[in-house]
Amino acid sequence: APSPVLSAVPAERARGRRAALSFAAIAVVLGLPLWWRTTETYRAALPYADIDGLGQLPFQLAVPVAVVFAPGAVPGDLPKPLPFKDVQEMETSVNRERPLQLSLRLLSLLGEADAALCPLQDASLGALTMYVVPKTSSLLPQGISVYVGKHRGALVRAGGGLAALRTRLRQLTQVMSFTTSSIAAALSDRVPDGQLGPDARRHLKSSLGYEITFSLLNPDPKSHVVDWDIEDAVNRYVQPVLDKLSLVANFSVDSQILYYAILGVTPRFDKESSSFLLSAHSLPHVINPVEARLGSSAASLYPVLNFLLYVPERSHSPLYIQDKDGAPVSTNAFHSPRWGGIMVYNVEAPASPQASLPLHVDVDMVRVMEVFLAQLRLLFGLSREELPPEFLLESPGSEGLADWELDRLLWAHTVENIATVSTTLTSLAQLLDKIGNIVIKDDVASEVYRAVASAQSAMAKLATGHLHSAFQASKEAVTSSERAFFDPSLLHLLYFPDDQKFAIYIPLFLPMAVPILLSLAKIVRETRQRKKEPTKMD
Amino acid sequence: MAAAAAALLLLLLAAAAGPGRVGAGRARRDALREELLLSPLPAGDVAATFQFRTRWDADLPRGAVSHYRLFPKALGRLVAALGVQELHLALTQGFWRTRTWGQPPLQAPAGAELWVWFQPTVTDVDKAWKELSNILSGIFCASLNFIDSTNTVTPTASFKPLGLANGTDHHLLRYAVLPREVVCTENLTPWKKLLPCGSKAGLAVLLKAERLFHSSYHSQAVHIRPICRDASCLAVSWELRQTLTVVFDTFSSGQGKKDWSLFKMFSRTLTDACPLASQSKVYVDISPKNKEKELLEVTPAPASVYEAIVQGDKRTYAVYDLLSPSLFNTSRSLNVQLKWKRPQDTELPTPVLHAQRYVSGYGLQTGEISTLIYNTHPYRAFPVMLLETVPWYLRLYVHTLTIITKGKENKPSYIHYQPAQDRRRPHLLEMLIQLPANSVTKITIQFERALLKWTEYTPDPNHGFYVSSSVLSALVPSVIAMKDVDVEQSPLFTSL
Repeated sequence: APSPVLSAVPAERARGRRAALSFAAIAVVLGLPLWWRTTETYRAALPYADIDGLGQLPFQLAVPVAVVFAPGAVPGDLPKPLPFKDVQEMETSVNRERPLQLSLRLLSLLGEADAALCPLQDASLGALTMYVVPKTSSLLPQGISVYVGKHRGALVRAGGGLAALRTRLRQLTQVMSFTTSSIAAALSDRVPDGQLGPDARRHLKSSLGYEITFSLLNPDPKSHVVDWDIEDAVNRYVQPVLDKLSLVANFSVDSQILYYAILGVTPRFDKESSSFLLSAHSLPHVINPVEARLGSSAASLYPVLNFLLYVPERSHSPLYIQDKDGAPVSTNAFHSPRWGGIMVYNVEAPASPQASLPLHVDVDMVRVMEVFLAQLRLLFGLSREELPPEFLLESPGSEGLADWELDRLLWAHTVENIATVSTTLTSLAQLLDKIGNIVIKDDVASEVYRAVASAQSAMAKLATGHLHSAFQASKEAVTSSERAFFDPSLLHLLYFPDDQKFAIYIPLFLPMAVPILLSLAKIVRETRQRKKEPTKMD
Repeated sequence: MAAAAAALLLLLLAAAAGPGRVGAGRARRDALREELLLSPLPAGDVAATFQFRTRWDADLPRGAVSHYRLFPKALGRLVAALGVQELHLALTQGFWRTRTWGQPPLQAPAGAELWVWFQPTVTDVDKAWKELSNILSGIFCASLNFIDSTNTVTPTASFKPLGLANGTDHHLLRYAVLPREVVCTENLTPWKKLLPCGSKAGLAVLLKAERLFHSSYHSQAVHIRPICRDASCLAVSWELRQTLTVVFDTFSSGQGKKDWSLFKMFSRTLTDACPLASQSKVYVDISPKNKEKELLEVTPAPASVYEAIVQGDKRTYAVYDLLSPSLFNTSRSLNVQLKWKRPQDTELPTPVLHAQRYVSGYGLQTGEISTLIYNTHPYRAFPVMLLETVPWYLRLYVHTLTIITKGKENKPSYIHYQPAQDRRRPHLLEMLIQLPANSVTKITIQFERALLKWTEYTPDPNHGFYVSSSVLSALVPSVIAMKDVDVEQSPLFTSL
């Protein structure tokens, strides 16, 4: 008799079925969750709503202004009793698409000249003190009705009623703290082009630090041996300004001498003046070839401000820069927004043509530094705007900038920082939302939370007029948001395409899945048959 | 008492010198020297070694100096910011055939090699090392950013500081080799940019990429180290040495002739010295071989001849001083030419020490690394220090380490082994081995290949895996005693 096939034995078949079912059950109950758990990308929760909110919130900036009246300067229609608080609001919207609206609030504390009421100068950043002097006072020169000092104080000549005084004070506050245009310039990256003046994009972007590099370009070392006492010049002229600006950012200064570094354009020879000319429209092409030689700021991530002193080759001297109208530029220098400045320093031709080469040149650093410092102010947006003739501004002296100019910078940078944080976080959130493969680690998430909290606190501080703490908070927010955005752990699994996933899983799962699925299919088929069989019997 | 008086006098002098410096023409505190050494090798190859030395009398790492003239700012800032004591970076394409070409003037393994001593003030050396390799990667456009803990080692005995150093605490040393690194034009351009004259004047005019990389061997390096400012060594100066070695096969490119000229090799000639250089010289090795009289002829006739003893051999060099005005009087450019008077096939004497290494075994699972070290000296034994760095995915079996010399086992007198950790650090094996005279020493060690994750495979898997060169340091007793000469003044070839 033929021995029965093993599977034909009913007990064996039942056992096989049970085995197949238990394998399938183990695979589903244990295997699938395990696989799911181990291959899951870890994504910590992020405050998406708060990040969205940051972009929606309007900026509210408040300038605390203390107004001190000299005896006899109090306007007649001033409500009594003194002191009292007067809030002036001014609303402007910078961007129509996003409600980035701005409300400038002037908190005016009006009081009479009283040593007990008003300390002479409010020392805190951003707080202004205005002294109203009687109309006939000889403190101010004839024809001048507003005098702005080196610090955070100003003298205003009384006149007219309270309304006139208010307009005057508002005007003065805008000079000394911020205007709509200065805030709009700070937000220039987020504002459509048409609404901005030509100068808006000139300013350096807010950063935690800047590197200032002075480079002496000597394209012709065979004919000119150029020496500059940059160390002394930096200590004498640049350092005081930077000490003042140290509140805004960290600065580092260095210098180098580059040989055989040439400008990218060949200057035109002008027969009349027997000199060489660089026209204004060719200036944009000057920088690029030089830039390749300047060297990267590999050791830090801060933006670099370049100031180049170019000593033209002997065959191209003297060299003059022409402005758009063809007139020579008196300083023989130009600046490039957000990059730096270039000055051409001509070497006087030797008296006798037989003078032996190389010619020794000692650079007059006073002349050079004057130009570079003016360019530095321009790059930071500290240029003084056109003011009505009755305004008199005190010159900042050796420090290079007045206290209130520093405030202006801080106001603008704080607003810019907050806007930067908001954009950084929004794009990070969008990116994480779009690509599910990105791992969000806990420390990245905590940096995001910290950035949001700091930005919110900076905005709250701005609204109450605490400029210094608002700026510090905005700096922290920038640091945290950048750290989160550039965290290398975000990239780990970013490039993990789906086809590769299948390429890995199929060899693993196919050998296991095929028998399980086949046996399951077989069991299903058999049960279906068995269900049919009894009907047949009937 | 006399000593006190002397000290006082010195102080006074220093005080007087301080303000005086600003007034009159400032003394140059930095200097550049450029040299080119051309040496014919056997079989018609020519080795050209460029060396540009920038020396700066300033205390770089204190951070106080930030005004650069000849010293490149990018490197100066790096040294100052990261507390680098000494930096050696070499990017090499091809192998130096020590056995046929003799000892190279400058040693470098194939690929990229970086070793750095940090200052004792650096607290987190690993962080500084990581940052440094990333910045250097940016400066030299090389993949040095792939240097991480899996290919970095801290050798204990193989490396010594080459400059001034107070102590040799090996925790401050990091060494890494990227054997896969391909060196090309993009690495040469930034290297040239560090030269004060760029490639616009001086010897660097010859550095034309399309010729330099059409060669059998190319190695460019940057070395930064502190040196003594003067003989009394009271102050520190910093030296940046940029070297470039290239070997041209003039025999095959010159239709079977071994004659060469600067123009044939570099497709340029020299027209001037770098105006910033205080020394600019070309040396040509014209040492007579086999004690016979002159076999070769150099044109133009050299103004002077320099004789030196290099590695025990007496060598003669023709010297062309680019700074001497008479050189460019007769012709506007200098094109050094060398002609062999009659064909000669003399071989260089085999170098005293040379080594080779190969992998044996079959299949993809296991294998064996064999290193052969030759000592050809007829009667002297040498102790050598062998450093092996092996990536973690080759699991070394240390018990299979055998060192056999002349059929007998050779026990190393010092052995330092640091096992690898998967994905964390490589194997480090350092051994001090005594090489008997006239012997071959074979060192073998077996390994097994680890299973890699799919992301860990390097691109271009057809290349296989690269294992970095081992480092062989030997104390070769010089025939001449070390003379107390000013090293700063001596030319390139004696500084070995």
